[in-house]
This record gives sequence, structure tokens and C-alpha cells, in this order.
Amino acid sequence: MGRQHGGVTVTIARTLNAACEALAADPEALVLAGGTDLMVEINRGGRTVDDVVVIDRVPELQGWHREGDMLRLGATLTYAEMADPAFASLVPALAQAARTVGSPQIRAAGTIGGNLATASPAGDTLPVLAALDAEVEIRSHQGHRTVPLDEFVIGVKANALAPGELIAAIRVPVLDGPQEFLKVGPRNAMVISVASMALVVDRVGRTVRVGLGSVAPVPLRAIEAEVMIAARLDWAGGRSPTIHDVERFAELVADATRPIDDHRGSADYRRRSIEVLARRALIRAFGEPTP
Amino acid sequence: MTGPYGLTVNGHRHEIADGWVGESLLFVLRERLGLPGSKNACEEGECGSCTVRLDDQLVCSCLVLAAAAADRSVTTVEGLSASHEADGLLSDVQQAFVDAGAVQCGFCTPGLLMAVDDLLNHYPDPDDLTVREAISGNLCRCTGYGRILDAVDRAASARREAQT
Ligand SMILES: Cc1cc2nc3c(=O)[nH]c(=O)nc-3n(C[C@H](O)[C@H](O)[C@H](O)COP(=O)(O)OP(=O)(O)OC[C@H]3O[C@@H](n4cnc5c(N)ncnc54)[C@H](O)[C@@H]3O)c2cc1C
Ligand code: FES
Ligand code: FES
Repeated sequence: MGRQHGGVTVTIARTLNAACEALAADPEALVLAGGTDLMVEINRGGRTVDDVVVIDRVPELQGWHREGDMLRLGATLTYAEMADPAFASLVPALAQAARTVGSPQIRAAGTIGGNLATASPAGDTLPVLAALDAEVEIRSHQGHRTVPLDEFVIGVKANALAPGELIAAIRVPVLDGPQEFLKVGPRNAMVISVASMALVVDRVGRTVRVGLGSVAPVPLRAIEAEVMIAARLDWAGGRSPTIHDVERFAELVADATRPIDDHRGSADYRRRSIEVLARRALIRAFGEPTP
Repeated sequence: MTGPYGLTVNGHRHEIADGWVGESLLFVLRERLGLPGSKNACEEGECGSCTVRLDDQLVCSCLVLAAAAADRSVTTVEGLSASHEADGLLSDVQQAFVDAGAVQCGFCTPGLLMAVDDLLNHYPDPDDLTVREAISGNLCRCTGYGRILDAVDRAASARREAQT
């Protein structure tokens, strides 16, 4: 329960209801999960700290489980947990993205809900969740609602949560088909993405889905490229795409970006990176191109 | 202001009263509990010099809100040698760092010791990639890492020998 002093309450919630009630009591309270984004801001003095609702001990928000063809990912699922082989076999792209985040210390604490709520253009789970058409389950004292990812992330570091609401879970499909996550940054460890891309294949629905990160204010899909390559793939025979198809795909994926110049990279570099990643991801998923 | 709340640090229970609500576990360890082993270099999770074990997880203590860790158990570098203290001995990992000459200015050392201790708890005989991955969150500006990698080898052998 909440410990109060000097008007500020730190509530360590033990149930989802308790977390929602604490947020109802102070809708402006800070929700704290792993702290890997929030504490950086607090340490810098960039946040006044008032009431805090700590959600990392709420069982309903932890772990993941399968519900038919879907996985329900608790909001406080950590990167370390996403890298687990059992999880990786069901949503490989999300596990790959999780492995690229920060360092072991950051992966032990950082959560998928925190990544999503922060809604940074460079958030590494975002392009994957976009490619998976993830749904975000939002809870408050009043009840719950479900929002598709593209309506949840509404701008640079802006999300669709109303005061008093928190992310309870994220739903993603389990698909039959290869998945890839690739990111570009200045070095191999501890890197914020300059450009990132997720490729998700659904063999049953015969679709290819592409999510792009760090190349627009919000995660993007590359719909034209997706439609083009799905029409050209040999779904029944399994023959790999032609060089021409791969090149066209990469070009269309790059065309979908809306990058900016900033201290991490120029718009041109980002566009070019995505073109290279798109080609690489497609080849990894379907094999070396045929002439 | 927060509190009072309890923290177990290196096996000892502490009550923290009159803390500021935004203060990190690193701050509480160093400034309130007199445990300056965990170092403060960046306060943004980049350098790992503040690394501690929180319950069974290796974390950056600068990124842990102290009040949110209430009733949890923390192990700091001061706790590593605790079981040897009576004999004035260092832990296996600490001794290996000394023997390998893996300490220069020493600022990164406490964090690295925590990371390597945790690594060897999980992987008694880690390959090179596993070692590099395990210390990827700990920056050293002095050594160039060669002697640190050597120290990890020595610590791993020492611990395996002690266990057989
Ligand atoms: C050194 C370092 C390296 C990093 N590297 C990467 C990287 O490679 N890739 C990457 O994508 N990110 C990276 N990050 C950023 C960060 O680790 C992630 O964004 C992480 O997922 C945040 O999760 P958290 O649980 O720590 O969030 P917190 O810091 O606890 O919270 C972040 C924000 O989300 C809100 N929030 C958290 N959970 C919920 C919820 N369930 N409902 C509503 N709001 C919520 C909080 O109120 C806060 O505003 C890095 C951070 C550091 C410090
Ligand atoms: S001081 Fe915590 S990581 Fe640098
Ligand atoms: S010994 Fe100086 S930072 Fe590592």
C-alpha cells in the first residue's frame, strides 16, 4: 500500500486493481515499471516527482501466455524474459529486438510496456509490434479498452493513454513464417537505433508485413512493399524471390520512410540504411535471390 | 519525502526515513547507508559502475527508484567478500582482478565485479562471446578490457576448482 509523507505517495501495487485505484486517486501519478526511461529523466532533474505508482510487483502485469493464436504479453514483461527461447520460438522478431536493447542490466529491468508508453521513435519493440498489428490493452479504474498499435503511438513520445490509465498487456499473433528484426547504430552494444526494421511473414494468410523504426515520428508500415512482395512470392513452391523483386521491395520499403536529420544520422543515411536492411531481411527470410 | 521503508542490503536490514521521493538506490546506498562501493559516473544506465544485484537480478542502481525497491534484497560489491571478511580475504572474482592487473583507476571495478560474479553464477565456464556480452553494460576507460577478460578466465577457473 501507499506510504505517505509530505503529501507524496509511493504506492507499490500488488494487484492490478490496486494500481488502477492508486491512479484513480491521483491520475497524474507517475507509473513506474523498470525505471530505465523514467529514472534517467528524474536523475537529470527533468521530472518533478509527485505520487508514484510502482507496477513491477503486479502479478497480472507480469510474464506472457498463449491465448489460442495470440500471445498476451504482460506490460512488465522484460527484455530478458523476451529473449527466452520458448518466447523466441513464438515471436522471433520480438525476441531479436529484445536482445539488441541496451545491456544485460537494462534488459533485466526494462519492460515492453515502458518501451511502448515512452513511444520514442527509436523504441526497438515498436516496429515489431507495428508489423505484428499488435493490440494494446489499456486499463483504468473505470474498465478497459483495446487500441490498435497505430492508434496508440500518436507522435514523438506521445501515446493515447488518458490520465488514470495504464497499459495492462499487449496482444500479438503467433504466425507461421519467418521473422526478422534488424537495426543500425554506431556500434554493437548499447545502441539507440538510427534505423530499424521488422519483417514478419504469415504463410497462412500469405502476407508479408514490414514495420519501420526511427524513420518517422511514429512506427510505420511499408504497405506498398508488403503488397508487392506478397504478390510475387512463390507461396506454394517456396522458390526464393528474384533479384529484381528483392530490389524493388527494398526500394518501396525505403520509399515508405519519412526520416529526419538529427544528431544520430541524416535523413539520407536513414533511408539508405532501411533499403539495405529491407534487402537483407527479405533474403534472410526467403533465401538468396534467383536471377 | 518518502518513507520510512525497509531495504535489506548485504544481508542487513535498514530502515530508510526521510528520503526524497525521487532518489535512486545508488544515492541511498552511497549517501545514506555509507556504502560507497557502488560508483556514480553517469546516472543514466550507460556505464554500469553502479551495478548491484536486486533480489536475483543484475541492475543499474542509478535506475532503481529507492522507495520502489522497498523490502527487496540488495547485494553490493561490499557484500561480495562478506563471507571471506573474517579472514580478510577477497572473493574469487576480486582476487582474480587483482592477480590479472585488471584494475587501473578502479572506477569501473565494483560494477564489473558484480557483473562477472553474476555471470559465473549462471555460466561456470563461459565462452568468449558470453563473457563479452555479460560485461557489455560495464564501461572501462582505462584498461582496454584485455586484463579484465583475463581476470574473468582466472575467476572462472578458480571457482570451478573450488567446486570440485
Ligand atoms: C542505457 C540504456 C540503454 C537503452 N537502450 C535501449 C535500446 O537499445 N532500445 C530501446 O528501445 N530502448 C532502450 N532504452 C530505453 C528503455 O530501456 C526502454 O524504453 C524500456 O523499455 C523502458 O521500460 P521501463 O519499464 O524501464 O520504463 P519506465 O522507465 O518504468 O517507464 C517509462 C515510461 O513509461 C511509462 N510506463 C511504464 N509502464 C507503463 C504501463 N504499463 N502503463 C502506462 N505507462 C507506463 C512510465 O510512466 C514512463 O513514462 C535504453 C535505456 C537505457 C538507460
Ligand atoms: S551510474 Fe548507473 S550506469 Fe552509470
Ligand atoms: S580501471 Fe579505470 S575505468 Fe576501468
